[in-house]
Amino acid sequence: MMLKAENLNVYYGPIHAVKGVSFEVNEGEVVTLIGANGAGKSTSLKTVSGLMRSRGGAIEFMGKSIASTPAHKIVELGIAHVPEGRRIFTSMTVEENLDMGAFTVRGGNIDADKERVFEQFPRLKERRKQIAGTLSGGEQQMLAMGRALMSHPKLLMLDEPSMGLAPILVEQVFDIIASLHKAGTTILLVEQNAEMALSIADRAYVMETGRITLSGTGKELAASEEVQKAYLGG
Amino acid sequence: MSFLNFLISGISLGSIYAIIALGYTMVYGIAKMLNFAHGDVIMVGAYVCFLAVSKSGLPPVVGILAAVVVCTVLGMVIEKLAYKPLRQATSLAVLITAIGVSYFLQNAALLLWTPNPKIFPALFARTVDGKKVTGFQLFDGQLRISYVTVITIIACIIIMVVLTLFTSRTRTGKAMRACSEDKGAAQLMGINVDTTISITFAIGSGLAAIAGVLLCSAYPTLVPTTGSMPGIKAFTAAVFGGIGSIPGAFIGGLLLGVIEILAKAYISTQMSDAIVFLVLIIVLLVKPAGLLGKKISEKV
Repeated sequence: MMLKAENLNVYYGPIHAVKGVSFEVNEGEVVTLIGANGAGKSTSLKTVSGLMRSRGGAIEFMGKSIASTPAHKIVELGIAHVPEGRRIFTSMTVEENLDMGAFTVRGGNIDADKERVFEQFPRLKERRKQIAGTLSGGEQQMLAMGRALMSHPKLLMLDEPSMGLAPILVEQVFDIIASLHKAGTTILLVEQNAEMALSIADRAYVMETGRITLSGTGKELAASEEVQKAYLGG
Repeated sequence: MSFLNFLISGISLGSIYAIIALGYTMVYGIAKMLNFAHGDVIMVGAYVCFLAVSKSGLPPVVGILAAVVVCTVLGMVIEKLAYKPLRQATSLAVLITAIGVSYFLQNAALLLWTPNPKIFPALFARTVDGKKVTGFQLFDGQLRISYVTVITIIACIIIMVVLTLFTSRTRTGKAMRACSEDKGAAQLMGINVDTTISITFAIGSGLAAIAGVLLCSAYPTLVPTTGSMPGIKAFTAAVFGGIGSIPGAFIGGLLLGVIEILAKAYISTQMSDAIVFLVLIIVLLVKPAGLLGKKISEKV
C-alpha cells in the first residue's frame, strides 16, 4: 500500500473539520474523494501533505509515518499536491514556476523534465516566458499540474482540478489525469464533479460533513442509489 | 554648481536609505511584517565597526566585515527568538513585538556603550603628505566630493545588481520570491519556509550593517538612537517605492534622499523631514501601493 491515512481528526480552531477519516491508496490507483463543499476533502489532502496536522491518527506513506514530517520534506518523499485554486506563482514566468516545482530535484536533468511537461501541455511551451498570472484559468491549471509533475511524484494529489473551468477544459483535464494514470502515476483526486471523478477512479470515498460515508470502486459508487441522488442528479 | 553638490549629497543619502529600505522591503515581502527593529540593527553595525576600528585599531575592512557578521547573526537571532514564535499570531502582535525589539536594542546599546556620542572614524580616507584626505575636488574646487559619497553610491548600485540577480537567478532567491507570494504553495514545492525567512533576515541585517557604516561615515556622530530616524525614513522610502519591491526600495530611497537634501538646501532645514513625509502622503494618495507596488488580480 502506498498511502494509508488512519483516523484523521483535523480542526480549524474550534471547528472539527475532519472527523475520524481513514482512507488508503494503492500503487497505480486513481482514488477519488468526492462530496459537497465543506465535507473535509481538501482538509484531508492538506493533512497528507503536511499543511495541516491531525490530532491523533496515523499517516503512512510507503511504509513510513509522515504524520509529523514537515510539509517541505513530504514533497521530497514523493507526494506532490496540486492545491485547490491552483496557487501557481503568479508573478513568476511559466518556466520559473516549473523550476519551483523541481525545487527538490537535485542533480537531475530539469530541462528534460520540462520538455516532458511541455509535451503533455503544449500550451505551456508556447507561453514558457509569460508571467503565469496572465494565463487563463485552464492554462493555470495545466501549469499547476505540470509544476507538480516536476518533482517526480510517486503520488499526485489533485484538489478540484476542474474547479471554475469551462466544460471542454474539464474534459481535457480529466483526459490528462487518465493519461498520467496510464503512465503509472498514482493519483488521489478530490472533486466536486462526482460524475467525472467516478468515471476515471479505480476506487472512491464519499465524504459528508467531515466523515467518510461510503466507499467502493468507481463503478459501484457511480451506480449506487445514494450517490446518484446526492451527487449525480439522478 | 551648488545644486550639483546638493544633488550628489542627496543621491548619496538616498543610497543609504535605499540599502536600509531593501532590508525592510525584503522582510516585509516574505514575512509580511514590518521589522521596526531594522533601524537599530544599523546602529549596532555602526558600533561594532567603531569598536573594531577606533578601539581595537583594526583596519577598516575588518571593521566593516565584523559589523556585517555581527548584524547578520543578530538579525537571525532576533527572527528566531522574537518573530518566529509569532508566525501564527496577528500582525498587530508582531508589530508591537518589533517595536519592543527596537527599544530593547536601543537600551542594550545605552547600557553597553553609554549615551555619550562616539565620533565614528573616517574609514574612507587616504594620507597625502601626512594629512588625511577624505575627498576630492572638481572644477577648481567648486565641486567637492568625499570618498564616502562615491563609495556609498557605488555600494548601493552593486548591492542592487547583486540582489536582483540573486532573486531572479539563484535557487534560494527564487525560493524567497515563491515564499513571498504564497508560503503554503512554496512548502508544497519542498521549500523550507522557516529557513528562507531566516536567510532573508540575515541578508537584510547584513545590509543594515553596511548602511550603518556608510551612514556614520557621512554623519559621524554615533549614539544609541542613531539608527531610529534613518530606519523610519528608509521604511518611508520602502513604502514610497512600493513595499515588497526591490527596485521600489531603490527608487524610493534615492528620491527620498534627494528630496530631503534639496528641501534642506532650498526650503528649510527644520522643515525638511516634514516635507519628506508630505511627499510620501501625496504619493500614497495618488498611488496607494507606492510607485512600483502592484496589485495582481486573481484569475478564476
